[in-house]
Amino acid sequence: MLVRSDAVTTPVRQVWDWLAEVPDPEIPAVSVVDLGIVREVSWSGDPSQECLVAVTPTYSGCPATEVIARTIAETLKERGIPQVRVETRLAPAWTTDWLTPEAREKLRRYGIAPPVGQAAAAEHVVDLSRIRRQGGLPTPIVCPHCGSTHTECVSAFGSTPCKALYRCHACKEPFDYFKCH
Amino acid sequence: MSNDTVQYLLRLGDNALILSHRLSEWCGKGPALEEDMALANTALDLLGQARLWLSYAGELEDAGRDEDALAYRRNDRQFCNLLLVERPNGSYADTMVRQFFFDAWHHLALQGLCRSADERIAGIAAKAIKEVEYHLRRSSDLVVRLGDGTAQSQKMMQRAVDELWTYTGEMFESDGVDEQAVVAGIGFDPVALREPWLSYVREVLSEATLRIPPADAFMQKGGKQGRHTEALSYLLGEMQYLQRAYPGAQW
Repeated sequence: MLVRSDAVTTPVRQVWDWLAEVPDPEIPAVSVVDLGIVREVSWSGDPSQECLVAVTPTYSGCPATEVIARTIAETLKERGIPQVRVETRLAPAWTTDWLTPEAREKLRRYGIAPPVGQAAAAEHVVDLSRIRRQGGLPTPIVCPHCGSTHTECVSAFGSTPCKALYRCHACKEPFDYFKCH
Repeated sequence: MSNDTVQYLLRLGDNALILSHRLSEWCGKGPALEEDMALANTALDLLGQARLWLSYAGELEDAGRDEDALAYRRNDRQFCNLLLVERPNGSYADTMVRQFFFDAWHHLALQGLCRSADERIAGIAAKAIKEVEYHLRRSSDLVVRLGDGTAQSQKMMQRAVDELWTYTGEMFESDGVDEQAVVAGIGFDPVALREPWLSYVREVLSEATLRIPPADAFMQKGGKQGRHTEALSYLLGEMQYLQRAYPGAQW
């Protein structure tokens, strides 16, 4: 889990707070901290020293990864930390289990249904019974607009790698579902 | 670090890269918007995985070749992807059967790699397997829907299964590079994947009302050792054109 305890020194806590204002470029309603992709911050508080921010990608090919690294460096430079190193850290692999409860609520308000279920609980075995004549996706997904569970998956992939496309039969609105990953 | 490990990583990277490029050829002309998006997203996942494998290969090789040099400046005989992934897209049935055969193997292969003694390999595999699980679920689902679909879709799916079958045997052939990876504890034994792969594929094809070809059918091989079908050369001609014409171009 996050390398972030209450015992951390103040400068590091400050950096975390600044990072909590860096929006995800694809889903600006949530910050990079909300998403759980910032894994570690290490900095002495001395501006002449380098500040390290470890970030993990959501998906291997997520094109937002490079933008995120650049935005983090720029934000911290604006806050007076001239030397920022953003390091990509692959393991442990990012999971939607790291989305904070606040992030889930922000997603819902933004019109994106938050992930359902625990990714960690899923073993990496493809269950055939879930594939048989159904989409193989968890159901029901609650419509973020009207709260109905009478929804249907329209497309296994949506506007970004981390989302699927759904439609609500109650309010007739389409919506994105943040896939459990 | 041994050449075998570099070769092993290149195989993993090339599989992901070449299939990613094939899928990207569908971009903008998928049979439905949802399919178009799904193939593009699958291609993106595979491209990300290819970058991770090839970057690591380049670092271990320590000859100054980065992921881009490996992707864009090697010739066909230096690529060591499975023949299956370079096969042309054909119809949507061909594309989906190719994807399904590969996904089912890829998922098993990554399970093995998650247990690699090499932490970096295990880390990449643990990342990739989550994406590939989703690919496999989707391609299995589509094989069932198109196989057990209309008379026409069933016919096209069966033809695709029969034609692509001969390219599946290579996935379970072991050579010196594989053996070395098993000895070093960093890789999996491809021979051991054959039974679980067959059993999974048999179940899905049966659900799809498709006949599974005989397991002892004649199988093509050579991709892992750099002997490819001519389809790869055309693919590389397009994929590498820009870096060949303008070496080192960046934008």
